[in-house]
Amino acid sequence: MSFFIEAGIRVVFAFVFLMVTVLLLVWVERKFISDLQNRIGPDRAGPFGILQTLADGVKSFFKEGIIPARADVVLFIGAPVLAMLTALLTFLVIPIGAPIEINGVSYSLAAMDLNIGLLYVLAMSSIGVYAITLAGWASGSKYPLIGSVRASAQMISYEAAMGLALIPVVMFTGSLSLVAIVEAQQGTFGGVIPAWNIVLLPSFVIFLIAGFAETNRPPFDLAEAEQEIVGGYHTEYSGMKFALFFLAEYINVFNIAAITTVLFLGGWSGPVFGPTVLQWFLPVFWFLAKTWLIILFFVWVRASLPRMRYDHLMAFGWKKLIPVSLVWIILVAVALGFREFGAPWA
Amino acid sequence: MPTLMETVTMADWFRETANWVFLLIAFPTVFGAWRTVSSDNIVRAVLYLVVALGGTAAMFLMLGAAFIGWTVVLVYIGAVVILFLMGIMITRAPLGAEAKLSHGREVKVPAALLSGILFAVIAGSVVDAFGASIIRPFEPTLTTDLANVLFGRFIIPFEVVSFVLLAALIGGIVLARQDDVGGLE
Repeated sequence: MSFFIEAGIRVVFAFVFLMVTVLLLVWVERKFISDLQNRIGPDRAGPFGILQTLADGVKSFFKEGIIPARADVVLFIGAPVLAMLTALLTFLVIPIGAPIEINGVSYSLAAMDLNIGLLYVLAMSSIGVYAITLAGWASGSKYPLIGSVRASAQMISYEAAMGLALIPVVMFTGSLSLVAIVEAQQGTFGGVIPAWNIVLLPSFVIFLIAGFAETNRPPFDLAEAEQEIVGGYHTEYSGMKFALFFLAEYINVFNIAAITTVLFLGGWSGPVFGPTVLQWFLPVFWFLAKTWLIILFFVWVRASLPRMRYDHLMAFGWKKLIPVSLVWIILVAVALGFREFGAPWA
Repeated sequence: MPTLMETVTMADWFRETANWVFLLIAFPTVFGAWRTVSSDNIVRAVLYLVVALGGTAAMFLMLGAAFIGWTVVLVYIGAVVILFLMGIMITRAPLGAEAKLSHGREVKVPAALLSGILFAVIAGSVVDAFGASIIRPFEPTLTTDLANVLFGRFIIPFEVVSFVLLAALIGGIVLARQDDVGGLE
């Protein structure tokens, strides 16, 4: 039974952590983008407007839930739930800190440490596509349908690029477990430069670009291009159902940033010193610091780049990103072959 | 837990928790598969296919084949079926039932017959291969072991299968390109 109790505690903790993070995330994005655009941003609710997201959430709860007359009711309600579900489930495998040792028992700081964690992450993001596709179809309206077809085509295309970008990382570290991937990045090159997977620079860049596309973030937010298709797949959504889509998108942004940290920036690794409690806390701090840095990069890009044209987006995905990642896989494979077996002529 | 097939009674079978989990997965899977062919709404039919495939993935997870289970989710649910769904949405995606979706008897009977034969062949070969052996549920196999088998002993069949996929891809391109050959340009 203790297995179920431990699992329950982990899941509840993960949920609370994510909710607080998303609350901050939405506020940080709005504040930071306001700074970049030379305006103030939310400043009424709480100090520096930090409670604005909470106020918006409460407002969403009290709004009328409108279901269009032509909607498929079950799927219309199910789609935002699915979006939220996959976003939450993805987070479960991400290790937010080094394993903590209490009374000789080591506790992983990922809610669950799957030995095929990376595959699980990809599978969850591919199920997430359903939420958007079904939302558009179930609305029974033309703009959502166009938006959802766009979104699903985009997400499937960039999922391929993302999967291919991850293969060199897996080949390099020899594991699909996120915890094992972080552990493989602990050392240093020559005692100075940390041995992070960012040495696989092409993979890092491709993964980040695909990450923007996967989360439907600008400059790849074609699914909700206001000038062309109103709100895209969530045009007909209001109240809490819309809020769920909104939250799911932000959780996904956090997930992508966290996974980037885990895969390429050494996860929780960083200088650790001091008493035991500090030694538990510092890895979590390093992990969050790196993750938030990437999140700020996401916001910076949003403020700087205009939305891409749809055919450019698809051409970029299929004709540039995927070929480049395939060539990169071959290069990494050859390099690893050399390291493992030596030169073929030797 | 009894070790031989002969000694298992119905009561023994139901005493095993894993069997209850099996039933919990198996019933929705079969239901999903049945509704896939019987549903009147084409989008709903595709979604029932997702349920059936999800059940299959869960079954693999239960057998400890986590890698294959998640690959089923990633490839079949996440890529193949979502492309079905997109194809339907771009061409026709009516809300509500469609009268013309079901075939007549001349298609239904051979299809049912073929499914029956396929089931018999698969069930026969599974019983033949694993017959009396007891598989412990939820014990994961290592992905490395799987890779060693796949890229070691079964490397030739593996590569042959990928050539079949390549042929299908080229066929798809040929079919899609047919309009250009007609001299439209």
